[in-house]
Amino acid sequence: MKKIERKGEVIFSSYKRGEAIHKAISMKREDILFEIRESKLKGRGGAGFPTSTKWMLVSAAQADQKYIVCNADEGEPGTFKDRVLLLEYPELVFDGMVVAAYTIGAKNGIVYLRGEYEYMLNSLEGYLDEMRKDNLLGKNICGKEGFDFDIIIRLGSGAYVCGEETALIESLEGNRGEARNRPPYPVNTGFMGKPTTVNNVETFAVVSHIVIKGGEWYKKLGTDKSTGSKLFSVSGDCDKPGVYELPWGTKISELLEIVGAKNTKAVQVGGASGICIPKSQFDRTLAYEDATTGGSIMIFNEERDLLHVLKNFMEFFVEESCGQCTPCRIGNVKLLEGVEMIEKGKFTFHHINNLKELGKSMQVASKCGLGQSSPNPFISILENFREEIFNGNGGIHGK
Amino acid sequence: MESKEKLRAPISQKPHVVEKPKDPSYIGGTISIEINEKKLSVPLGTTILEACKEYGIHVPTLCYHEDLCMAGVCRVCVVEVEGMRTLQASCAFPITAPIKIKTSTPMVRKARRHIIDLMLSEHSGECYSCIRNSNCELQKLAKEYGVDHYTFGHVDKPRYEVDNSSYSVIRDMSKCVLCKRCVRTCIDLQEVGVLESLDRGRETHIGTFLDKPLSDVICINCGQCINRCPTAALRANDPSDEIWNAIDDPNKHVVIQTAPSPRAAIGEEFGLPAGTSMTRQMNTALKRIGFDRVFDTNTTADLTIIEEGTELVIRLYKALVKKEQVSLPQFTSCSPGWVKYLEHYYPEYIDNLSSAKSPQQMFGALIKTFYAEKTGIDPANIVSVAVMPCSAKKFECNRPEMNDSGYKDVDYGLTTRELAQMIKEAGIHLPEMPKGDFDSPFGEASGAGLIFGATGGVMEAAIRSIVEFVTGKKAEDVFEKANIIPLRGFDGIKYMEIPIGNEVGTVPDILKHLVPDWNWLKGATLKVAVAHGTANAKKIMDDIKAGGKFSECHFIEFMACPGGCLGGGGQPIPTTPEIRKKRAQAIYAEDESLVVRKSHENPYVIRLYEEFLKEGPCGHKSHKLLHTHYIKRGRYIA
Repeated sequence: MKKIERKGEVIFSSYKRGEAIHKAISMKREDILFEIRESKLKGRGGAGFPTSTKWMLVSAAQADQKYIVCNADEGEPGTFKDRVLLLEYPELVFDGMVVAAYTIGAKNGIVYLRGEYEYMLNSLEGYLDEMRKDNLLGKNICGKEGFDFDIIIRLGSGAYVCGEETALIESLEGNRGEARNRPPYPVNTGFMGKPTTVNNVETFAVVSHIVIKGGEWYKKLGTDKSTGSKLFSVSGDCDKPGVYELPWGTKISELLEIVGAKNTKAVQVGGASGICIPKSQFDRTLAYEDATTGGSIMIFNEERDLLHVLKNFMEFFVEESCGQCTPCRIGNVKLLEGVEMIEKGKFTFHHINNLKELGKSMQVASKCGLGQSSPNPFISILENFREEIFNGNGGIHGK
Repeated sequence: MESKEKLRAPISQKPHVVEKPKDPSYIGGTISIEINEKKLSVPLGTTILEACKEYGIHVPTLCYHEDLCMAGVCRVCVVEVEGMRTLQASCAFPITAPIKIKTSTPMVRKARRHIIDLMLSEHSGECYSCIRNSNCELQKLAKEYGVDHYTFGHVDKPRYEVDNSSYSVIRDMSKCVLCKRCVRTCIDLQEVGVLESLDRGRETHIGTFLDKPLSDVICINCGQCINRCPTAALRANDPSDEIWNAIDDPNKHVVIQTAPSPRAAIGEEFGLPAGTSMTRQMNTALKRIGFDRVFDTNTTADLTIIEEGTELVIRLYKALVKKEQVSLPQFTSCSPGWVKYLEHYYPEYIDNLSSAKSPQQMFGALIKTFYAEKTGIDPANIVSVAVMPCSAKKFECNRPEMNDSGYKDVDYGLTTRELAQMIKEAGIHLPEMPKGDFDSPFGEASGAGLIFGATGGVMEAAIRSIVEFVTGKKAEDVFEKANIIPLRGFDGIKYMEIPIGNEVGTVPDILKHLVPDWNWLKGATLKVAVAHGTANAKKIMDDIKAGGKFSECHFIEFMACPGGCLGGGGQPIPTTPEIRKKRAQAIYAEDESLVVRKSHENPYVIRLYEEFLKEGPCGHKSHKLLHTHYIKRGRYIA
């Protein structure tokens, strides 16, 4: 595959294969943890849990086995940055995993690869073989006595919910992909009941750079609460869709400019489970503390029908709910029915308000992140685009 | 119950077991928490729900069940925990740090109400045309939260076809609320695992392998899933309409046999506390409903002990004296759920099953032969009904080989719940009935037959008789009040050794044709075991397969249901460890109150061997009527 020229200050900056591993094994484990903590790196899958905290908890856990799991089940609609990383920058991802293994004391790593990415499997396996040949994986890695680590790749089977870390672990164990009750968290009771750290592909890639250049360097980028840079998968109505590395804190309007978006009406930040931001709020920043995303940015121009967009999202959730807990399984169906009622003009505002309240209950009462975030587009689109959607549409009581 | 740690369910459905400190007074052993601003302290690892229960704070639940590992899927029990963004399912949240909990905030109440509304929107049917009307946990929740309309609509027609393929369990998935109690019951409690969630999202439903009908998969018909279903998604296959028709038909002679467990439980259907024995009131009620004769299944339970005990003696004699190859240990065969479990999972062991039929089927065969002859009634006109605590008994009486009388030996198996319904329908309030007796010739039974209802009961009954036969001593002299305590109680697996000693008695008359003396048992030790719930049965079977301790047993009692028959799949709903304990107490108390407490002393049984089964136990006629054979089913269904 032809490599597209990519530019960025961290991930897309120059990196030599194995560099991070060599650096890491010359350091003490607690020093690596210290650098990660200094960097204030947060999970790049979207939830934004501090990586250093996760790693510290796994390091501190007492167990005969610990696992590193790379969450490559990139399933959020509109996200495709992990694909780019795995195809073009596998050295960053796998080196990051080796660094993590060294830091927390794991012997086994698993990449949970999205089923649809099966086409990458051969090349990734080939890459891992090369790493083994060069002793970047295997026994006594790079001559470090007693540091043994290897990585296997497992394919998912196409369930969105398996991007949720506990459902992912269930799936790895051969069970139906359903989220577990938390607590306990995977850091204590993860894969096969052992302490496990599950990190996003991008998180590992970033770690490789932080180990080399230090946390202090990393946090100079971005904002105070969202340090460093982020990969954004930009799609929709713009001239230059693709994967961009931008510092956190970039304004939505700036991003739109960079990707050549014109006549933009709305930006869906954070994929289907994210929020829909109207033009009036384009000065908001992309950051954990403001408009947060695991990478997905979808751009809609003036010609798009947002009710239709919303319907598409809700259909997705109705199908992708694992069906385990009540709020998510049935709640999403009800929200979709609400959208269809608006479409047909057969609704009452009383009922739509009930559904918004239902959405809020789903956000707090669902078992996992899926049901907790699936009402986001329903609530944000109906609130932010009220005029467009209900203009001249008064429901069954008319106007 | 065994430890919940070694369950087979995925971790998503497993409890997070935080080891509770042995002495909570150790530092860190107790956690100070606040529930609704009340300061409390609980042992480390207590769940929020347990803590609330302990302090009398009601939290609604649905998918939670005391017998099962938790799932945390219905979300009805959510509470607010200070500092946490989302609500937490109290059943699934172990307390490991000082937390502040609020159980009734606006957010909590609204979320619960929404969840109930959502479940109602997908739950097909109306309460007044439902078998679980007034005993439905969803209905109860709706009432508790004052639901007076369907906020999010209501399905107008059923989504799924009713699966009534099974003789025992009917599945109406349109009423399912996906609490997964049945799934957990089947896989964890019973280690059968025929039920699982299929598909996802709105299409999620509980199904069998490839969505095959229940009769075509390896369901053992135990009905434990029915007992734990909060709604009417699972129910027993009810024959009461046919029974009413038979009662109303003047040409039919309708007889009913009643097992011991329904008597100890049917009161619950009439609002009485668990453990209220209704034996004699039930006799009167059954007569008033219109049954022509009311018999006591315990009589044939006593007969089972004689036949099964004799079979054991024969096996042991062959093995020890004649050095023949025989299958030991001998397994009991009274529990049809267990029998089918063995046929599916351990078909190579079916020779170990006692060939003696269950009491129900022995009774059936005798009613249409012995009783018909004695009374001169044409067996073709006899309708034989059995009240059982069991759903598998419905399957058992429909097994094609169960027609040794020349007719279907037992026509209908009726559960305790269904009988209660018939009694109510007849306008009878059971607790007010005067006491009545059983009818002759199967009227009085021994306490040994009675305790068949509790786990360990069959074994206790057998030991009472075997000890007297072999040692010549009175059971009362060997065991205090003839109560064999090590075989009682609800431990999943019980084991006991009974040394015979060097003094043996004389062979009783009814066994003289089989063994010359007991000298060959001098100094021997009889090893027996008891298991209830097929998960425990599996442990014993795996141990036997591995040549472990249980492979050296001589006789093992297996019951498919937790607690034995008193916890059967036909018993009143709900079921909890506490309820089962009370039912057992009622059964054992009744046993102690009886004069005849040993099967071989039952005068009806003695007379039966004198008048009808003249060749004695395991004789030709016995073999024809009272014994059966089994099928190697295996786990793979064509």
